[in-house]
Amino acid sequence: MDFNDTPEEAAFRSKVRAWLNENATLRDGSKTTQDTFMAHNPEQVVQAGKWQKRKAEAGWAGITWPKEYGGMGGTPMQQVVWNQEEGRYRVPPFAHLVGVALVGPTLMVHGTEKQKADILPGLLAGDGIWCQLFSEPAAGSDLAGVRTRAKRDGDTWEITGQKVWTSGAHYSQHGLLLARTNPDVPKHKGMTMFIVDMTDPAIESRPITQISGAESFNEVFIDGLKVSDANRVGAVDGGWRVALTTLMNERLTLSVGRAVGGAKTEELIDLAKRVQLNGRPAIEDGEVRARIADFTARQRGLEFTSYRIMTSLSRGQEPGVEGSIGKLLLGRLRQEMSGFALELMGSSAGIADSTDTESLRWRNEYMTAPGNRVSGGADEIQRNIIAERILGMPVDIRVDKDVPFRDL
Amino acid sequence: MDFGFSEDQDAIRETAARLLDEHATIARAHELLDNNTEGFDRGLWSKLAEGGWLGIGIPEENGGSGMGAVELAVLAEEIGRTLACIPFAQAMYLVAPAVVQHGSDAQKSALLPAIASGEKIVTAALSENGGIAPDVITAKVSGGRIQGVKSPVPDGGNADVALVAALDDTGQPGLYLVDLTGPGVTREALDATDRTRPMARLIFEGGPADPLTGANGAAIKKLVDGAAVLVAFEQIGLAGRAMAVSSDYAKERKAFGRPIGGFQAIKHRLADMFAKIELARSNAFFGAWALACDDARLAEAAACARLTALDACQYAGEETIQIHGGIGITWIANPHLFVRRGWHLKALLGPAAIWRERLIQSLPEGNT
Repeated sequence: MDFNDTPEEAAFRSKVRAWLNENATLRDGSKTTQDTFMAHNPEQVVQAGKWQKRKAEAGWAGITWPKEYGGMGGTPMQQVVWNQEEGRYRVPPFAHLVGVALVGPTLMVHGTEKQKADILPGLLAGDGIWCQLFSEPAAGSDLAGVRTRAKRDGDTWEITGQKVWTSGAHYSQHGLLLARTNPDVPKHKGMTMFIVDMTDPAIESRPITQISGAESFNEVFIDGLKVSDANRVGAVDGGWRVALTTLMNERLTLSVGRAVGGAKTEELIDLAKRVQLNGRPAIEDGEVRARIADFTARQRGLEFTSYRIMTSLSRGQEPGVEGSIGKLLLGRLRQEMSGFALELMGSSAGIADSTDTESLRWRNEYMTAPGNRVSGGADEIQRNIIAERILGMPVDIRVDKDVPFRDL
Repeated sequence: MDFGFSEDQDAIRETAARLLDEHATIARAHELLDNNTEGFDRGLWSKLAEGGWLGIGIPEENGGSGMGAVELAVLAEEIGRTLACIPFAQAMYLVAPAVVQHGSDAQKSALLPAIASGEKIVTAALSENGGIAPDVITAKVSGGRIQGVKSPVPDGGNADVALVAALDDTGQPGLYLVDLTGPGVTREALDATDRTRPMARLIFEGGPADPLTGANGAAIKKLVDGAAVLVAFEQIGLAGRAMAVSSDYAKERKAFGRPIGGFQAIKHRLADMFAKIELARSNAFFGAWALACDDARLAEAAACARLTALDACQYAGEETIQIHGGIGITWIANPHLFVRRGWHLKALLGPAAIWRERLIQSLPEGNT
């Protein structure tokens, strides 16, 4: 067992570090990591585009992309090293994540030669931001339930429907959209994938205000959008296969992403030293110490789980079973820790005034954590996946499996 | 980054697993639970001695094979997984390392080869009044004679020699080797929750105690940390076996026309077992790494491993009973074996409350 880089990894890391040192500023490492790819204002979008272009020009934008598509042809472990190093610097949010990590690899597998030639180079260069138009009001955990309808008329498709939870739709130029093309067959067999122009007037994006107050997602209304058949990805009615490729890349991206997001237990200890509980510093209270110890053990466990994942990648293997627990445990931990921090603040917890940045930060964390437990596969879906795919439990009964979509 | 087992270590696991699967069966654990006149599985102990497994952490010059903490961790997980009923933990995680690190040449050559060959059974007497050394010690050594009561002592009735934590004339904690077959020692059998792993109360009334020089309070703490890491591997093995037994049952047992494993109420509990076990495994890896390279973060790693392993073990054991339904609460069924062994492993080094405090104190920010 060895925490150190292999010689190859170390050489790569020093190259990355040298470039970042010249092109970015180190951030204060003691502060909470912002593990977001969301831009929260137009200025951040502009900055994200500039940063992406700079990375592309230096060759860092597509580390795991094959060379034929303008990438570096590197390994997932090199991507991890990059993520670790970039995370130490003050850089704009990675608004191009969906395009680079999800859409690009999907097009490489399912796109036409023309689509690849037209789109892939620009994806890396940051020529536009992409969003993923998959989920719908009635299709979340059960994604194959999409109702947005695409009807063909010669070489043109007309798309009408509604998407939701679309990250960054309001500042995206392009979208990858999953639509129902054949309602007469079972639901998985009647969908098709399209590339759409988000600036088309037939598309309207309305940001959704979340319980944290942030607006990361949108509902997207599509009314009579015309799409050329040249912008279809994969076979007609073959959209589910395409979607699975995108989702597989999403999981891979999450698993090699920054290991442990959110507040650190050290911040909780720091808070507990400063606030009073029952007439003495909270850190002297037995229950406070016990809770913080449990949080610490869980947070360390997640940190070292990410090292196990990296070990698999470093050995050139797919991440093993350990890869599936991080998302399930992290959301819950963040929720419990931030809730406990708010409690430590006593009666001032619920009523932070606008100058009290610490209270606001913990409250924001607390109101963000429930979303971590839903997005990218809800806790319940994660548990089903572990039980079915790893432990071999029978899959859930699917009463809709062989029923034409229109009869559901 | 290489945070996993090597091919050699995987090979050690396979060989150990073959031997243990053959001899340490669940049926054997049931036999010992019902009628433990032998004290432990002596047949299995001889097989392990013949195969050289009892010397895995003992240097070659003292009759062992001189392997490291990670190899010992691999074996620990297999012992936990197979519910082996042997006096392994105290001997290999506490007594042998204590003698290796602090023993004189005479003490080493008197004890280590006998441990490796299986000839002598040894144990560690570190508990008193629900606490664990070095924090809770009232036993005293004066003029080379020991007075005091240690309880519970795992295999206290089976062992020939005990490593005992006691205070010296100046009140400083230390470790002493005491011949349990000698004078001034009374052993009272306790009714252990896990009767396959008997516990005893040791009463010392002035018998000779042989000090391990330099084994002070800090050294005792470090030994206990190391043992916590290795016991965490046993706990992970045990919890993993409980999960496997539960999964098998959930696939076979039918209710409402389908296997109960198809219901999310069961699935999600199994998934939670899995998540807790893997979380504990990650911390145990951290601990094995810290133990193997004598890193300053051993105390933190050990506490993290212990806390998450205690949680995984208790959850897996208790839910294994529930998932088995009515059969789960019968004596002849297997689930209670996992719960009982879980409590044994908890008793070895103390409950979560102790380790939460140790964890906070191990953090640079936690010292107030």
